Amino acid sequence: MNARLPMLAALAATVLVVSACPAPTPPPPPEPVVNQDSIDAAARARAEQERLAAEAEARRRAEAEAEARRRAEAEAAARRAAEALAAARAAFAQAIYYDYDKSDLKPEARATLDAKLPLLRANANVRIRIAGHTDERGSDAYNIALGQRRAAAAKRYLVDQGIAADRIDVVSFGEDRPAAMGSDESAWSRNRRAEFEIIVGGETLRLP
Amino acid sequence: MSRSLVRPLLVALALLGLPLASSLLAQEGVRIGLTYTAGTRPGLYVLPMRGAHADSIRAILVRDLDFGDRISVIAPDSGTPPTGPLNYALYGRLGAAAVLQVVQQVNGAVSITLHEVGASRVLQEKTYPITADPDTPAWRMAIHRISDDIEEWVTGVRGIAATRIMFNRGGTLWMVDSDGANVQRVPGVGSGLHPAWHPNGRIIAHTEFADDGSHVVVRDLAEGTARRVSFALGANFTPTFSPDGKTLVFSSGVDGTDLWAVRLEGGEGPVRVTVGRGSENASPSYSPDGRRIAFVSGRLGRPEIYITDSDGANPQWLTTTGFGDQSYRSDPSWAPDGRHVAFQTQIEGRFQIAIINLRDRSVKQLTIEGANEQPSWAPDARHLVFTSNRSGSRQLWVLDSESGRMRQLTHGVLARMGAWSPRLVVP
Repeated sequence: MNARLPMLAALAATVLVVSACPAPTPPPPPEPVVNQDSIDAAARARAEQERLAAEAEARRRAEAEAEARRRAEAEAAARRAAEALAAARAAFAQAIYYDYDKSDLKPEARATLDAKLPLLRANANVRIRIAGHTDERGSDAYNIALGQRRAAAAKRYLVDQGIAADRIDVVSFGEDRPAAMGSDESAWSRNRRAEFEIIVGGETLRLP
Repeated sequence: MSRSLVRPLLVALALLGLPLASSLLAQEGVRIGLTYTAGTRPGLYVLPMRGAHADSIRAILVRDLDFGDRISVIAPDSGTPPTGPLNYALYGRLGAAAVLQVVQQVNGAVSITLHEVGASRVLQEKTYPITADPDTPAWRMAIHRISDDIEEWVTGVRGIAATRIMFNRGGTLWMVDSDGANVQRVPGVGSGLHPAWHPNGRIIAHTEFADDGSHVVVRDLAEGTARRVSFALGANFTPTFSPDGKTLVFSSGVDGTDLWAVRLEGGEGPVRVTVGRGSENASPSYSPDGRRIAFVSGRLGRPEIYITDSDGANPQWLTTTGFGDQSYRSDPSWAPDGRHVAFQTQIEGRFQIAIINLRDRSVKQLTIEGANEQPSWAPDARHLVFTSNRSGSRQLWVLDSESGRMRQLTHGVLARMGAWSPRLVVP
């Protein structure tokens, strides 16, 4: 408001001079008055605002980057855990194989079964299903019985190692669900098998 | 049965001094012996016929009678139906012992007249009211029943045209008429293996795979209902009905499988039939009198066929006869006349169909081409359905155990586990 006082004084002086003149002439239009101070002040305010905005933006960006890093790390950790679980499950699902028309466990099969024990011992709530299968030779009907006996032999071994019998279901699909197609020994040998599946507790598996 | 062509034929042959006919005449009820002998299949001349569906009807009858393997069918492709009395001598010269006249009435009924050439007379006349729409499965089955009547009048033995074969295809159950027509899915079945027919032809049993193992299901085809009858988790499979239809026997077990009998109308619980001590025991098949059961067992190591009393007493090793290069015999099917048990036996690494005569234990190998499995007797105790890969994929085939004649029953997607129905009295 103080900035206006000199302007008013000048205006008043002009009026006095004019009224004193004998031949009054219309006063010239007032010159536009430019106040450099107020312009500077406005510019400063704008700059200050932009600076604050930039700072805020930078903060937001930094926070977002940090958040993304945190999320990525969490995801990576979850992925590593999931991979470890998947690996454990895959290792657990490792099938065992049998000789033609036989259900007794070969040494490799025993080793594969031994490798499943730590997971079973670390997860007492886990229930599993062993599915017995046969190759396409032999009678369709008799092969269901043979697959059942193969799965039962695997269960018996795990029970002998201290796993509770009621945690293990056994089923047989005979020759009806081959793992490998074909009518040669390479297909047959992959089909004479028992498969292992976690049916309860697979989501909350604790690694041994 | 009272008026059959066979007896007069036998009399005629006996008058000619043929010893076979004399010996058969001496034994009442052994008339089928005539048709078992090569060259004595009676000739049947099938006259041209008229009617809206004459061609279909005649084609079905001719094919059924041909597939029956007991009659020599003489069926010229064209011609007009004769009018007036038949010239019996003419048909006799053409090799016919009988002449079949078929007329389709305006209302759809089918009238049959069977003439006996030797006696120059009408042997049988019958009109069949047929209510089903033409060319539907029920209509075809009605025509098949006419075929079976004709075969009975001509030969003394009822035909097997009015039957179906249930089988496994694509994991579920299908049915096909005995002549290969009318292939249809069995409604309501999800997973379905090892089908078995109740003697009433309306109820079936089968194995069902589930995530928790296999179960045995009894299904009423007419009502569309089904229930699981297996009583324990584990392997439950290969059901079969007792001939009186009151008991279901199937294989069940967790560590080794045994045969168990379940009463279908309630009452006592499951009864164990075999004591396998951890071995496989499966694929039961009743003797027609219901007193014995043939089954496969691995109790001595390799699978072999055994027979036990149906209460589990007196198990005996049936297939002791040494033949083939390996001991692997399975899938027994007891013939409805009680005389034979069909089974599969491994020869040179492949399964072949064989039958064992229960009187003298002689074994007859019936197949040689490809791998052949899963025999199931037709109700005539003469034909068998089985699975063969001889066409390049596993398909059902029909075999005449007397003549060795074979025909392919199914085509297309792989088919196996054929089960021949009893004679069907329902559509």
